[in-house]
Amino acid sequence: MSGTLSDRMGAALLMAPLLLFLVLAYAWPFLGVVKWSFTLPTPGLGQYHALLTDELVQSVFIRTLRIAAIVTVVSVTAAYAITVVWVRGSPVQRVLAEFCILVPFWISVLTRAFGWVALLSNRGLINTWLQSIGFISEPLTLVRNEFGVIVGMSHFLIPFAVFPLASAMRSLDERVLLAARGLGSSRMRTFWTVFVPMTRSGIIGSAMITFVFSLGFFVTPAILGGGRSVMIAELIYLRIFQSPDWGLGAAISVVLVVFVGALMALLFRYVKPKQLV
Amino acid sequence: MPTYRPGPVSLILAVLVALFLLMPLLAVIPVSLTPSRMLTMPTGELSLRHYRSLIEDPRWLDSILLSIRIGVVSSALSTVLALTFSLGVWMFQPRFTAALVGFVLLPMVVPPVVSAVTLYFLLTSVSGLTSFFGYDTWLGVAMAHSVMTVPFATVLILVSLSQLDRRIDLAARGLGASVWERATRVIMPNIKFGIVTAALLSFVLSWEEIGVTLFITSVNAITLPRLMWMGLRDNIDPAIAALSVILIVITVLVLAVRSVITRQKVSP
Repeated sequence: MSGTLSDRMGAALLMAPLLLFLVLAYAWPFLGVVKWSFTLPTPGLGQYHALLTDELVQSVFIRTLRIAAIVTVVSVTAAYAITVVWVRGSPVQRVLAEFCILVPFWISVLTRAFGWVALLSNRGLINTWLQSIGFISEPLTLVRNEFGVIVGMSHFLIPFAVFPLASAMRSLDERVLLAARGLGSSRMRTFWTVFVPMTRSGIIGSAMITFVFSLGFFVTPAILGGGRSVMIAELIYLRIFQSPDWGLGAAISVVLVVFVGALMALLFRYVKPKQLV
Repeated sequence: MPTYRPGPVSLILAVLVALFLLMPLLAVIPVSLTPSRMLTMPTGELSLRHYRSLIEDPRWLDSILLSIRIGVVSSALSTVLALTFSLGVWMFQPRFTAALVGFVLLPMVVPPVVSAVTLYFLLTSVSGLTSFFGYDTWLGVAMAHSVMTVPFATVLILVSLSQLDRRIDLAARGLGASVWERATRVIMPNIKFGIVTAALLSFVLSWEEIGVTLFITSVNAITLPRLMWMGLRDNIDPAIAALSVILIVITVLVLAVRSVITRQKVSP
């Protein structure tokens, strides 16, 4: 059917506005950023050389990878626990679980980070409470460090980690689980040897999404890290607005895109995109 | 037929996760009622002064109005662009569809901070041309938000098109309808729900966008999230707690209404 001249004209006319918009407002300026990374402040590979040698930049990269890995493990584990109930629980349990997943999901990242500040800061709920019951005399440092960043990011990412897991848990064949139980396997054993292996694609998808999201995270680390545990995204912001060293900021951006692209390519070798939603 | 239900250990773990998810949302309620000018727990008396300051302080009202204006414009632009593109994909199924859709989805998968640098580059480059479009202008922010939300709108519209029966379009075509008539009188009425959802989602995403907005605004185009950010970074203002409580209540109400509506649709 497709192929006649008028069809091709129609398709072109309808699809052109968005494609043109994104070429002008996204692809072209991205190439501009790539150009910055090779030309500012002086033409050449200087910025990329700096990435490999600058100790500050490297420590930020290593911290980002470490935090992303920890956040991934925490988020996927927590998401797994609540998804089991969301997908397999009784009708009432399902509604409650859905509420606990969707309400945070729809609330903005700023509000959620602020909620953690209210809980974890020196005069926040947790420290006030612990001091009032006499458990501690000096407030614990719970924000403006890596702990606060990990808590806030995990909180943000759990709902995202839920969706691939839910899709995997919905599609598995329940009879296999009942058969395992019927043959005398304990709850624990059925869970670890039957249920978890059958949701493997969901676990991989969920971990990849969480990890990729964590790498480029900006708002939560900036608020809960308080400038002390800077991650890649905040480093880019600082290089562009405070140093200002646009070339280095651009070079870090390019490296981040390439790294995330490689991870996505790896992901799609193991999981089909459809299994993620 | 028996069903496989989660056991007690699963339930306990899920309750702990649920508490973790709700805790920061509940924590802002007592903070919003503190009489103090600083972020502290109320000791003894409660006060609504921070809720009042949201109405009385023109900065909050201005930024709310600005965020609404930007949200409406960027959502309209995103929805129109996503709709025409998706109609083209669905009606003509051109070659390279997968690659073109992949290109359109890029702003959704590229790390937001990289998109932010990209849009910063774009807006600073065009800033010299006119005074009303570019870095730190509301039109610039609206356009940047459209770049970020258009992949989501496209996905929603493509999904609702994929559920549409192709035979109704073939019938219209066989009866001699033009491309315009097929699109506006046959296809679009059937995907109304998807189009409205796409527009609403684009608005919500623009309304709460902060990652990109931080890079492309400084003193003029202060959206609501941008104002919250300033209040969070410099000296924590408890008015943010009051605003957070309001936003959380709105979210809970919208989700509750939605779940009632969908439940009514499911049960006859």
